Amino acid sequence: MRLQILGIVVLWIFLYGYLIVASVDFGAGFFAYYGKLTNKDHIINHIISRYLSPVWEVTNVFFVFFFVGLVGFFPETAYYYGTALLIPGSIALILLAIRGSFYAFGNYGPKSNRFYLFLYGATGLLIPASLSTALTISEGGFLKKNGDSVQFLTGELFRSPYSWSVVLLAIVSVLFISASFLTYYAGRAKDGGAMELLRNFALFWSFPTIIASLLVFLSLREHNPKHFQNSLEIWWMFAFSFLFFLAAVYLIYKRKLLGTAFILVMLQFFFAFFGYGASHLPYILYPYITVYSAYTSDTMGITLVTVFIAGLALLVPSLILLMRLFLFNADYVRGQK
Amino acid sequence: MELDSVSLSRMLTTMTLAFHIIFATIGVGVPVMISIAEWIGIRKNDAHYTLLARRWARGFTITVAVGVVTGTCIGLQLSMLWPSFMRIAGKVISLPLFMETFAFFFEAIFLGIYLYTWDRFKKPLYHWLISIPVILGSSASAVFITCVNAFMNTPQGFKLKDGAIVNIEPFRAMFNPAAPSKIFHVLTSSYMTAAFILASIAAAAIIRGKKSTYYYKSLKLSLAMGLLFSLATALAGDESAKFLAEKQPEKLAAAEWHFETGKGADLVLFGSLAGGHRVENAIRIPKMLSFLAGGSLNTKVTGLDKIPDDEQPPLWIHYMFDLMVSIGMFGIGISALYFILLKFGKSFCAKWLLCLIIASGPLSMIAVELGWILAEVGRQPWILRGYMKVAEGATKADNVGLTFVMFFLLYLVLGVMSVYVLIKMFRNKPAEEEFASRYSRVS
Ligand code: HDD
Ligand code: HEM
Ligand code: HEM
Repeated sequence: MRLQILGIVVLWIFLYGYLIVASVDFGAGFFAYYGKLTNKDHIINHIISRYLSPVWEVTNVFFVFFFVGLVGFFPETAYYYGTALLIPGSIALILLAIRGSFYAFGNYGPKSNRFYLFLYGATGLLIPASLSTALTISEGGFLKKNGDSVQFLTGELFRSPYSWSVVLLAIVSVLFISASFLTYYAGRAKDGGAMELLRNFALFWSFPTIIASLLVFLSLREHNPKHFQNSLEIWWMFAFSFLFFLAAVYLIYKRKLLGTAFILVMLQFFFAFFGYGASHLPYILYPYITVYSAYTSDTMGITLVTVFIAGLALLVPSLILLMRLFLFNADYVRGQK
Repeated sequence: MELDSVSLSRMLTTMTLAFHIIFATIGVGVPVMISIAEWIGIRKNDAHYTLLARRWARGFTITVAVGVVTGTCIGLQLSMLWPSFMRIAGKVISLPLFMETFAFFFEAIFLGIYLYTWDRFKKPLYHWLISIPVILGSSASAVFITCVNAFMNTPQGFKLKDGAIVNIEPFRAMFNPAAPSKIFHVLTSSYMTAAFILASIAAAAIIRGKKSTYYYKSLKLSLAMGLLFSLATALAGDESAKFLAEKQPEKLAAAEWHFETGKGADLVLFGSLAGGHRVENAIRIPKMLSFLAGGSLNTKVTGLDKIPDDEQPPLWIHYMFDLMVSIGMFGIGISALYFILLKFGKSFCAKWLLCLIIASGPLSMIAVELGWILAEVGRQPWILRGYMKVAEGATKADNVGLTFVMFFLLYLVLGVMSVYVLIKMFRNKPAEEEFASRYSRVS
């Protein structure tokens, strides 16, 4: 495999990791707030906070890893995206900052507070919406190069049906992923009430994700026909994604094998996300930068990949330890530790 | 005066870094202190120290959170505000930046485990062991980011050919000449600052009338560490000055108001400039600058006369330098004095002494800020010394002013909230009460 492709695959894996763990977190914020509003918070909130407390920082690092790696492998992207994303990027950053810190303030601080919970719920939906614009912009048509500087066409973004369908997809996927994970987690905690409630959320948000994906495809055809054509060539990736989705919903509906169901959801998004990514190549940003034009030197590329492998050797065992202590430790999940 | 996007980018970067560095310093230093306290608690089988570690760790969760979010801000802002710089630097120095994220990852995982497993292991020692990867992770991230900053001062590991970057050597770029002394100084000063901040907190509790042994143990431990680390900081600072004399003489010359190259240079302390280069009201220590720069009273020290006019850093960094060094001396003095008085059995809780100890924490943090201002402004006008000036690296986007206002409000809210939450957290649960409820069977 060429180093450029290897680099982007590694980064894409991390973005996928972020997509999953952050979705669980973002969606949980929304459900927690919703629970408070409907006075069901006693049912689900302790489940949510037991899972989230030890892992929220790790979630954030996935994101940092992605953008630092992107600038490392493809320094040219810093130039284009950096200039263009000053305002939307800053807004996303401020939301992330508010979310992370108020989570800590509310959780470790004096006592839980309705206002903190509101911020936590609202940012959970706004952040995916604002981060997804980075992917939207990558389809081209929203940036203009003016000699030495890059201009961001805000108006275009707000008028584009494609951009709105991506935002919609981002929000409903977050809720679906999160609900199906928390259903599983509540099941492990043997908390029947919470499990039923979360299962209903999962089923409720399942079909909207498919509708939203279809909308994205349809509007992509208008917006970037070339990308759309490429994605038709690997249609089987999307077909697999759909099959995994059906199987997952079936299991959740039947209240069976909830762990497997969540893995199926992960596979659903894995195939969709990599299908999207693969058909996007070689472009990082239509039509300005490709993985080849933005690539750093081979020396740096090889060094980064080597360091990456060494780093994984360190991280994977640590992550497994974390998961064994908090995720798969039945006593902890049940709140006995 | 109309602010252009270069000035605004500088202001925003300065603001974000100045805010982040407060939490970053705590993030690097406090885990060391927590680990030491827990270790002593286990060794001496003294629950006071264990409680100390526990309470410090609880406060630490708040500062880490703010450190993480502000760090994420600076990470993305570098690309947004300095796109041209990152395009070049990204090719050469992305290795330590990349490694830094691994260090964070490592730290974040074990910090999560550490904070949530106080009572889950049969042997307390196992829990203490988890603090080691936390320390390794946070100190390693400081090492890596300092490598990046050192690279900006003494770039190497690449060649410029017709505007293109060739012959890249990532490890040579990372281990550049500025790195060793800078890393040493950044680490020691973070540990020192954490120790004095914790000493301040203990002293403040005692002065408010809380006289339980818990606070005296806390004070003594923090000051012992403060003494050790402030001595190390001074040693490392001296190394940094020697490095500057050799590799970045313009920074030292501006910081020391050393205008004419020559042997046997005097050290100028404080003072003021009267028109051009005439120094007034200063304390002069003959030949001391030569001694500091090269270890002998006759070392030749490069002055600003050898530096082209448009490459001279601003002269006001002199005050930053002198204040930082004074605070370093103050830290050594106050902690040494405490132990001397303790040795002679004097009433070491005298009010004046406690007041000075309370000042030591905030002062150390101020020294960190002053040190960074010295280091960064002393690099002016370069963003990449010898290759790229700050003005060439900045973004060309409009709206930087708007972003500045947004982030200003964000930091204001975060700053106020974290102080408020920390105070409430400890007021609601005084140490004596917590000790009684947790360890009533033990003691
Ligand atoms: C607790 C904080 C603290 C204290 C007490 C001191 N420093 Fe410092 N100093 C720093 C915190 C710091 C810093 C924040 O860590 C800096 C900023 C950049 C760096 O490398 O370290 C720094 C920079 C810095 C530099 C510039 C290095 C460079 O730009 O490459 C020099 C020459 C010194 N220091 C020297 C000293 C001396 C001789 C001290 C005598 C005691 C001293 N510092 C105390
Ligand atoms: C010497 C100066 C600095 C030190 C000692 C330092 C140290 C730290 C520490 C201890 C944290 C908390 C990390 C955690 O607990 O997981 C942190 C966060 C962070 N810092 Fe800094 N930092 C410094 C300067 C910078 C600079 C200049 C950048 C920009 C490149 C930066 C980027 C980050 C990022 C991206 C995070 C968030 C990481 C996460 O999400 O966990 N830091 N930093
Ligand atoms: C990694 C890449 C870094 C970049 C691109 C960078 C860039 C800059 C720039 C352009 C300025 C403005 C200069 C001026 O206003 O005079 C600045 C100032 C500053 N930087 Fe750095 N820096 C980096 C690393 C660091 C690190 C690691 C620290 C430590 C936390 C740091 C601390 C500061 C401080 C405190 C200032 C304020 C100086 C002032 O008041 O002007 N920087 N930085």
